[in-house]
Amino acid sequence: MTFLSVLPESLILLLAVIVLVVDPFWKEENRRNLGWLTAAGCLVTFIVSVVFARPGDPIFTFGNMVSFDWLGFFFKMLFIFGAGITALFLMDHEKVGRRGEAYVLLLASTIGMCLMASAADLVMLYLAIETTSIPLYILAGFMLADDRSTEAGFKYMLYGAMTSAVMLYGLSLLFGMADTTNLYGLAAALKTGQVPAGSILGIIFLIIVGLGFKVSIVPFHFWAPDVYEGSPTPVAGFLSTASKAAGFAVIVRLFVIAFPDFAALPVGAFNIGWTTILAILAAVTMTVGNLLALPQKNLKRLLAYSSIAHAGYAMIGIVAFSQLGTASVVFYMLAYIVTNLAAFGIVMTVGRVVGSDEYDAYRGLSRRSPGLALVMLVAFLSLAGMPPFGGFIAKVVVFAAGVQASFVWLVVLGILNSVVGVYYYLNVMKYVYLYRMEGEQEANCPIALTRPYVLALVVLAVGVVLVGTIIAPWFGLSSAAAASLF
Amino acid sequence: MTFPFLSVIVFTPAVAGMVILLIPAGKKNVARSIALAAAVLDIVLALSVYVTYLTQHLVGYQFIEQYNWLPALGISLHFGVDGMSTPLILLTGVVMFTGVLISWGEDHAHVQAGIQDRPREFFAFLFILASGVFGVFASLDLFMLFFFYEIAVFPMYLLIVIWGWIQTREYAAMKLTLYLFLGSVIALVGALAMYWVAGHNTGTYTFDMLQMEKANFSPQFQNIWFLPVFFGFAVLGGIWPFHNWSPDGHVAAPTAVSMFHAGVLMKLGAFAALRVGIMLLPEGAKYWSWVIMLCAAVAVVYGAFIAFVQTDFKYVIGFSSVSHMGLVMLGLSTLNKAGLTGAGVQMFSHGIMTALFFAVVGMVYDRAHTRQIPELGGMSKPMPWPAIGFIIGSLVSMGMPGFSGFIAEFPIFLGVWQTHWLVAVIASISIIVTAAYVMLVVRRVFFGNMPEKFVDHVGPVTRLDKLAIGTLCLLMVGIGLFPAIMVPMVQTGVEHILHLLGGA
Amino acid sequence: MDFLNAHLLSAILFIPAIAALIMLLLPDRPGLLRWYALIASLIPFALAVYMWSNFQPSAPGFQFQEQHDWYAAIGSSLHLGVDGLSITMVLLTTLLTPLAILASFSVTDRIKPYMMLFLFLETGMLGVFMALDLLLFFVFWEVGLVPMYFLINQWGSANRNYASLKFMIYTMGGSLGLLLGIQLLGALFGTFDLAIITAKWNAIQGLLLGYPISTVKAVIFWAFVIAFAVKVPIWPFHTWLPDAHTEAPTAGSMILAGVLLKLGAYGFLRLVLPLYPDQARDFAWVLALLATAAIVFGAFGSLGQSDFKRLVAYSSVNHMGFVVLGIAAAALAAGTQDAHIAMNGAILQMFNHGLSAAGMFFLVGVIYERTHTRDLNQYGGLFPLVPIYGGILIFTSMASLGLPGLNGFISEFLVVRGSYPILTPYTAISMLGLLFTGAYILKGILKVLHGPLNEHWAHGEHKLTEIKPREVIVMVPLMALILFIGIWPAWILDVINKAVTRLF
Repeated sequence: MTFLSVLPESLILLLAVIVLVVDPFWKEENRRNLGWLTAAGCLVTFIVSVVFARPGDPIFTFGNMVSFDWLGFFFKMLFIFGAGITALFLMDHEKVGRRGEAYVLLLASTIGMCLMASAADLVMLYLAIETTSIPLYILAGFMLADDRSTEAGFKYMLYGAMTSAVMLYGLSLLFGMADTTNLYGLAAALKTGQVPAGSILGIIFLIIVGLGFKVSIVPFHFWAPDVYEGSPTPVAGFLSTASKAAGFAVIVRLFVIAFPDFAALPVGAFNIGWTTILAILAAVTMTVGNLLALPQKNLKRLLAYSSIAHAGYAMIGIVAFSQLGTASVVFYMLAYIVTNLAAFGIVMTVGRVVGSDEYDAYRGLSRRSPGLALVMLVAFLSLAGMPPFGGFIAKVVVFAAGVQASFVWLVVLGILNSVVGVYYYLNVMKYVYLYRMEGEQEANCPIALTRPYVLALVVLAVGVVLVGTIIAPWFGLSSAAAASLF
Repeated sequence: MTFPFLSVIVFTPAVAGMVILLIPAGKKNVARSIALAAAVLDIVLALSVYVTYLTQHLVGYQFIEQYNWLPALGISLHFGVDGMSTPLILLTGVVMFTGVLISWGEDHAHVQAGIQDRPREFFAFLFILASGVFGVFASLDLFMLFFFYEIAVFPMYLLIVIWGWIQTREYAAMKLTLYLFLGSVIALVGALAMYWVAGHNTGTYTFDMLQMEKANFSPQFQNIWFLPVFFGFAVLGGIWPFHNWSPDGHVAAPTAVSMFHAGVLMKLGAFAALRVGIMLLPEGAKYWSWVIMLCAAVAVVYGAFIAFVQTDFKYVIGFSSVSHMGLVMLGLSTLNKAGLTGAGVQMFSHGIMTALFFAVVGMVYDRAHTRQIPELGGMSKPMPWPAIGFIIGSLVSMGMPGFSGFIAEFPIFLGVWQTHWLVAVIASISIIVTAAYVMLVVRRVFFGNMPEKFVDHVGPVTRLDKLAIGTLCLLMVGIGLFPAIMVPMVQTGVEHILHLLGGA
Repeated sequence: MDFLNAHLLSAILFIPAIAALIMLLLPDRPGLLRWYALIASLIPFALAVYMWSNFQPSAPGFQFQEQHDWYAAIGSSLHLGVDGLSITMVLLTTLLTPLAILASFSVTDRIKPYMMLFLFLETGMLGVFMALDLLLFFVFWEVGLVPMYFLINQWGSANRNYASLKFMIYTMGGSLGLLLGIQLLGALFGTFDLAIITAKWNAIQGLLLGYPISTVKAVIFWAFVIAFAVKVPIWPFHTWLPDAHTEAPTAGSMILAGVLLKLGAYGFLRLVLPLYPDQARDFAWVLALLATAAIVFGAFGSLGQSDFKRLVAYSSVNHMGFVVLGIAAAALAAGTQDAHIAMNGAILQMFNHGLSAAGMFFLVGVIYERTHTRDLNQYGGLFPLVPIYGGILIFTSMASLGLPGLNGFISEFLVVRGSYPILTPYTAISMLGLLFTGAYILKGILKVLHGPLNEHWAHGEHKLTEIKPREVIVMVPLMALILFIGIWPAWILDVINKAVTRLF
């Protein structure tokens, strides 16, 4: 059991080692194939884990450091899926695709994420977060010759270091109050009345700073657009999906397990607690993210702001503080990862050929490459929350949880925001489907697609539709994940 | 195991749409043929459902199919039709069929009729939309209703923006999408609230509307949520003061999309407002019915007057839709037998009529390249079929006896008499105004002297166009002369609604 | 034969419409279409004569009744039947339609739609006279408008657009009140059957819609009256008539004056008096006043015209005034001997005016076809050129003038005789009006036939040709009836009188 609980991490580690070993032996022009290797390795890990390492009832291993449960497992599979797809996207990146370090760093970060999702101890948690972050700092600044990439890496690191320091401060205060670093012990130690609620909420806020940076909620979002724009596109995609989901995995577990008593404390006529803090943050995040997305002219920046907004929607599920709420967050992450990876994949594909991420680069795309345009349509409609795509179901369940928990105002705000979202997503589709390229010679300039892109995009597009139509199994898994916390 | 009529009807267009997307771009006619085949299949199935329902004197929900979809939340793919929705299924089938016919596109020296540019994508999006529409009419599950509702809304944006009228399409498409999306998601919040409260009341959490009908929502709850839910949907029904998107959208859309849009989509709003708003929240409906009636009456009269002063052929029809959908809302707001029956029939009648109108407008525009009424004239000579079709549509539109419009409008007014008679008197002004503007349009566009520039440049319509016009006219006259082929069916649906209204 | 007897009315009613539909399939050969239409319109005439011969004047109630399901949902059925009142009108309609069609043999433009419209028009008119269901009455009332609108609009003379729209809007606007009134009655009683409604409506007591019943009745009474007054037309609602008559094609004017105007008067007899006896009595003086105004102003208006057709058109206002005067008298003193006489006169006047006005319009048409002018000052001294035509014209004019021995005298005498004791001053003024009737008719004859010959018509290409045999055939039945009724009115007065005695 002990071993099974970290089987995915172990296999990924093995994969990383293999990549590292093989790298020097392959000629540079063949090193692109490391991407195939990584993706295949991720696939094998995925299958092996699903077949052999499925969790049962939650158990704790490695001295209560790691929790082996459905929540962690579900997220791990998501990360590995994301890593595999990202590896495919990396392969044909001009500057990154042929360097083995990139794949190794990707896998290292994935290991960190997996541990984040299953960490049951504050120490483990912090280590996992740093394991995740450090390789990503490097990846973001991977293109040394490119000023923007270096800036992205540096900015990401500065922000990351700063916020994780704040969070570490919060975690140490927590240890001081509760006298334990075990997540599952915290709840018992921190009973209302025994500890000052105000200081606990203050500590919670410090922790939110660190995690908020990872999931890029306002006001800890400032890094996101610049870093996304500067980093290699596949890395940006990975940052905005797997890395964000890892943050949510931690938030879900931490708040539900460690601070159930502080969700809503009666203060006068109101109930105030971390749900209140998070509700306000969610509201601000959605609104700011969406409004700032409106004036964008660069698709990567647009996706950055939209990913901020999506963090806001997903927070509604956490605010709901219920089993359905948790399940809805997990489901939201699933739909979001698949969808957003597809969106970034398209940015990568088009950017590679056209050399620009501005909206204008997408003029006449539907005539240059109808299939690609269709995938983009699917991804963007899913982001906008339209059926029959994953984004619709995800939003509905999150909203349903919100309504159930009587956060109707937050849900209404979320709805108004999603209307704004519809506006800017469709606005992009206008470039794709309506506007013509200069000279109207689209038929002569098709967008070349290499095999990894075709594979990845098809998988993702089908995934988006599957998540949106045959929802019962996915929702069942999300519910199982949520059930392991309640 | 009986034949799953409804799911085949619902999913055929979507499947056909995907198949069409897989066809190589050059083979336009293959794409069109597949589209036509799917449309024919759907109209045949819809017709058989309709005829079965009618001739076997069925009542209540029939052709029920239920498949688990998300049991954890009580969501199932639950299809079934009653007297209210069966005509609408048929309507959708008819509009889909005729829409494909007139979008076929045929190269002609002076005629750019139909869809020439990317017909593949056009039919695919149109059919996904059609699937959504069918789905809404057939769904007995609140969640699936929303699911299909949204599916019916978003292709509209693409259809308008890509193939629409170049001058306003971007603005109109976005306006339309945002209005409709906002309306529907606000209704969604209400639906979620209903879900939780119904589950709390009955003990089983389910989106099944048949269960939710028995949920005993407290009057207070109903009074709070009725207006958001009803208006959220009614936006798509073009209710005043949220009608603003509709004429712009109609005008900007390509012909087949206008047909779908005014013919079917607006019914979607009214239907969903009825099914979710009135049927699930009957107490709220009673409490707020005066608000609905007021808005509807304003829409009826105001729409007619605005239509009167338009000079753009298509805007006339666009605003006339606002006016006529106002009558549907007026019928719904009466909450009595006559009014609801009239609303049900009016949904069908208006759908057919306005589809015909837009089809004819499209044919004229494709040939004359202008829609300015003062610039047109004498079109009945080269295009007798569209002229006759438009005249029949006009007669329906002004509520002339012998046509479906009268059959629909008369009970609506009867129902209004039983509630607020003054509203009936005021709303009846629209009849005169409507008669005036449609007759003026008929005369100016189709009769009189044809301007020089059109002579020899305006050709006849294709055989497919004639088939489409003929089909639509036949339905309008048929119902007008023999109301028994539709009204009794609608009444069975109304009985159920009245039961909910009375029993709650 | 039994089947025919049982369905005689629906046969008469629907044969023209069905024939019109079949016509759609006929090849476009002028001769075939004309003869087909003529024969199709003669069949109902033959059936009507057959019906007349089997009609039992002394039997109470309606005869040849038929009732079929039509719009069960709101309690309306296809309920037909005739009594002495309506059978006269049915006879008139079926007689005039073939004559009008025969008169239209000279039409060369788009014969098929023209003839079809005529046949549809016949169905519409007959339906009004036969309907025993309030809704059905309204249906046919409105349906008749459409063919007439298009006949004027498409085959009329120079100012047809203005005239046809005015005709349409006036009549529809007028019937708006009727529609609302019918809706109220339907909403109130849940049925449209005339007999039931009449019984219940007259028995109703207390408050209605929050107002005393008498107030409501008075309002609806006026709504009905205005609808019918526009159609009759009663001064001051008559202004559409000269325009419509003048611009309509010849046959259209014949039917318009011969039958359509009678619809209004029939509405008074069939609906207003039975449904609102009290209101009719209270407001009879208003009707009488308006009738007197119509008689006097109609005569003066006629006298002032220089357009031959307008002259005849205004004479219709004048003549129909007598009908209304008779009705007003009957309303005021219902049940008395004088009232019966006045009513007999009014109904006979309807029939007579149908004959003479149709004849007059036809004769105007005949000369217009040859001279292409209707200006009386352009004619002059034509008698020597066209003696037969002149003779016919003088004969018909004399009937119109009320020469003893011809039909007009009988009916106008009866009206005046009946009204005099009841409405002395009005009748007295009206009789002065009669004087001017003589004046304008003589003016017409003088200007056309006598005086100095306008040489323009005597020679060369403009040489006036004599009336053709076909045109004479049109006039023969009319003249025969004019003379016959003038000499032996009993055959028709008997039927009318028995009905009148029972009804009023």
